[in-house]
Amino acid sequence: MPRTHITTVINGDETEFLTEDSTSLLNALRDEVGLTGAKEGCGTGDCGACSILVDDRVNCACLMFAPEADGTVIVTVEGLADSGELHPLQQCFLEGAALQCGICTPGFLMAAKALLDKNPDPTETEIRYALAGNLCRCTGYDKIIRAVQEAAREMRGQ
Amino acid sequence: MAITEENPGYKWVGTRPIRPDGLEKVTGKARFGADLVLPGMLYGKVVRSPHAHARIVSIDTSAAESMEGVKAVITGADFPDLAANGAHPSDIDVANNAIARDKVLYEGHVVAAVAAITREQAEAAAKAVAVTYEVLPHVLTVDEAMADNAPLLHEAMITKGVDPAPEEPSNIASKILHERGDLDQGFGEADAVVEREFTTKPVHQGYIEPHAAVADANSDGRAHIWCSSQGHFQMRAYTATVLGVSPGTLKVTAAEIGGGFGGKTVIYLEPLAVRLSQRAGRPVKLVMDRDEVFRATGPTSGTRIKVKMGVSKDGKITAAEVWMAYEAGAYAGSPVGAAGMTAIACYDIPNFVVEGYDVVCNKPRVAAYRAPGAPMAAFAVESVLDELARNIEMDPIDIRLANAAVEGTQASYGPKFPRIGFVETLEAIKEHPNYTAELGPNQGRGVAAGFWFNAGMMSSATVHVNENGTATVVTGSPDIGGSRQSMALMAAEELGIPYESIKPVVADTETVGFNDVTGGSRVTLATGAAVVDACRLIVEDLRGRAAKTWDVEVDQVEWVDGQAQHVDGAQPPLSLNDLAAKSGRTGGPISANASLNSRGVGAGFSTQLCDVEVDPETGVTRVVRYLTAQDAGRAISPDYVEGQMQGGVVQGIGWALNEEYIHDTEGVMENPSFLDYRMPVASDLPMIDCAIVEVPNPAHPYGVRGVGEVGIVPPMAAVGNAIHDAVDVRMTELPMSPIKVLEALNENDG
Repeated sequence: MPRTHITTVINGDETEFLTEDSTSLLNALRDEVGLTGAKEGCGTGDCGACSILVDDRVNCACLMFAPEADGTVIVTVEGLADSGELHPLQQCFLEGAALQCGICTPGFLMAAKALLDKNPDPTETEIRYALAGNLCRCTGYDKIIRAVQEAAREMRGQ
Repeated sequence: MAITEENPGYKWVGTRPIRPDGLEKVTGKARFGADLVLPGMLYGKVVRSPHAHARIVSIDTSAAESMEGVKAVITGADFPDLAANGAHPSDIDVANNAIARDKVLYEGHVVAAVAAITREQAEAAAKAVAVTYEVLPHVLTVDEAMADNAPLLHEAMITKGVDPAPEEPSNIASKILHERGDLDQGFGEADAVVEREFTTKPVHQGYIEPHAAVADANSDGRAHIWCSSQGHFQMRAYTATVLGVSPGTLKVTAAEIGGGFGGKTVIYLEPLAVRLSQRAGRPVKLVMDRDEVFRATGPTSGTRIKVKMGVSKDGKITAAEVWMAYEAGAYAGSPVGAAGMTAIACYDIPNFVVEGYDVVCNKPRVAAYRAPGAPMAAFAVESVLDELARNIEMDPIDIRLANAAVEGTQASYGPKFPRIGFVETLEAIKEHPNYTAELGPNQGRGVAAGFWFNAGMMSSATVHVNENGTATVVTGSPDIGGSRQSMALMAAEELGIPYESIKPVVADTETVGFNDVTGGSRVTLATGAAVVDACRLIVEDLRGRAAKTWDVEVDQVEWVDGQAQHVDGAQPPLSLNDLAAKSGRTGGPISANASLNSRGVGAGFSTQLCDVEVDPETGVTRVVRYLTAQDAGRAISPDYVEGQMQGGVVQGIGWALNEEYIHDTEGVMENPSFLDYRMPVASDLPMIDCAIVEVPNPAHPYGVRGVGEVGIVPPMAAVGNAIHDAVDVRMTELPMSPIKVLEALNENDG
């Protein structure tokens, strides 16, 4: 099977990999690049556990073919902390106990980052709709919403 | 809000520090089941039945075996025939569910598996396995399965629990019965009687992480398995049974687990991965797709339940009659037993009959799901109680208070309750501002209560004191929702050292003593008690070492705030750090093991208050306000107690309003995706308000009861009762989807 050569920037590093055309970006990230932070919960774009940023937009990595990533800038959960310093969302998820099993957490963090990058002062309803593409079965979402609210406050310097 | 009955002044227990495993989980480093990669690892794929019920005529694997990259193909014939070996019937069911031998009993039942170099090669090879079936007639519901002359799943199944035993086989695996008093007399004393029939559909646990296992087998029969499960000792035992090997030949390492809710207490992939790895001579990874998770892993039962209850004018329940039939799926073992024991356990009822049936049908074998069996029974009983309260114009909390089980009440399932906190949960609801919050148009308020036993079972723990006075706490209970934090908090309290100085570890099956599954709300209770026991052995050891150092009797030494103190202050205190640094001169490394079979469980109760708004045009029900009060006994880790309470409620809201397995007439599941099996998302919900009640369990050193399960018992009835309050229709079928609410509204108008 012929393989395609892909060049991207992932978490700040220029990254090259080979992939079959039918491989999902999620599988390429996990199997070829070795970044297993994005999770496959469904493979059909319904759970959001594979949420990543592609050119600043939140995407389900399972719904993209790997060759579509050529020339893009990708951020995964592994690239969210800055030189070891946690992003306010990561810190607020920890302090607010916004995770139980943790499998959905990488996707929620990326979707919440995409929201706060665009809307630094979202209402509770805006947060709930922005995160409606991410399933969590453990928390009932309460502590996740509160953690995003708290991170937004901190990022606004309040 | 927490109602704390007594505050013994704990330093760590009851605080909210950051969880020990949190950093890995917010940075993507935590390794879940599908994340492990081994050198030379192959990818596996499972072949599943497209039929609900069929005899396997033949399986031709030759085409698959000759495909590029394929290294192994296995079928049921690659596993020992446990039935021929006279194994226990329940073990035979476990094996036959892992991979079918003669018959497939549900769509999705495993018939073969392959391993190949790439994922794509494995998928192609799986499609090339040619299975010839003789399709058999199937039964999908308890009604179909219990009908006269119904097609049989198991030709030799004779109903258990019936005396004399039936002569003819049927799809009824067993009958349960609980009786007390005189039903006729009880209904004769009633001023109001309500009788209703309820149906519920199978629902899935819905964990976001699909099942995954990696196996690396040696040619001598030993194998190492990494898997995401609620109990790696249990996975070892089941896998050994299916493979026909000694458990000691298998080493199982627990990956981080991405949700389970009971559904990861059973095996699916592990024995297949080991056998494929043995055949291929290389490690093999098997990961389910989401549709496989839906089609072939544990939903909980669909049910049909009839309830008749009577009350006197002053609200006393005089009689209760409950009849229930629970789908087991393909093999015996629905949770109807627990349903029968829990159905009316919240109340002190003088006259009752509870009768239940465990019924097999051609759907996936049910697995445990959070308080297995109890939520459906509570939906029925709590709905009828709500109606009775309305009939006698009594407040829904007051009618429950009038009948509430208390310490000394003879539980409906037998024993007398020790100290319990049901009344306190009812009072917590009544005292909360939500109870009197104003309701808008088309809004209504519902109350419901629930009971769950909570489990104890077996646990082991090892505590090591490191050379700098920190400690490692080793258990074998997979951490599914924050239990590492509970272990660390209790260990910090016992040893008197900071929480941050404790490292809690979940070890593999060769590194720590046996632990039963993470299930039954048991880990903080039982594994926690093992940690406390081990810490107390450490403290005894440390006192002895201090006594030796000071050349005094050990009773002259107290352990206070993480240091040995002489009772008269005759010596300067020795900290854990001091003693650890000198351990080589006082007897060697400081370490202790504790193993136990839990000394006593603490029953859990939850009362919940739900406000909904029903759109009379569309039938859409929206939860606008929700309060849950639950007796935790003691909230070791309040953050994660609230998390369990909120999570259970929201699963219950999904069960109430949206979730159901839909099968076509051929027994093929029509909605095996998160798009069509719609679980609640953030925009569906309000915040879930929590009232932690703390009525300590006398059988645990810190009063823990266990909090994981009871929260899912009341929500369906709480939502249904709220819908009734809003729009005056009594919903008796789950899910209470818009179409059903609309139909009920139209019927009312008509």
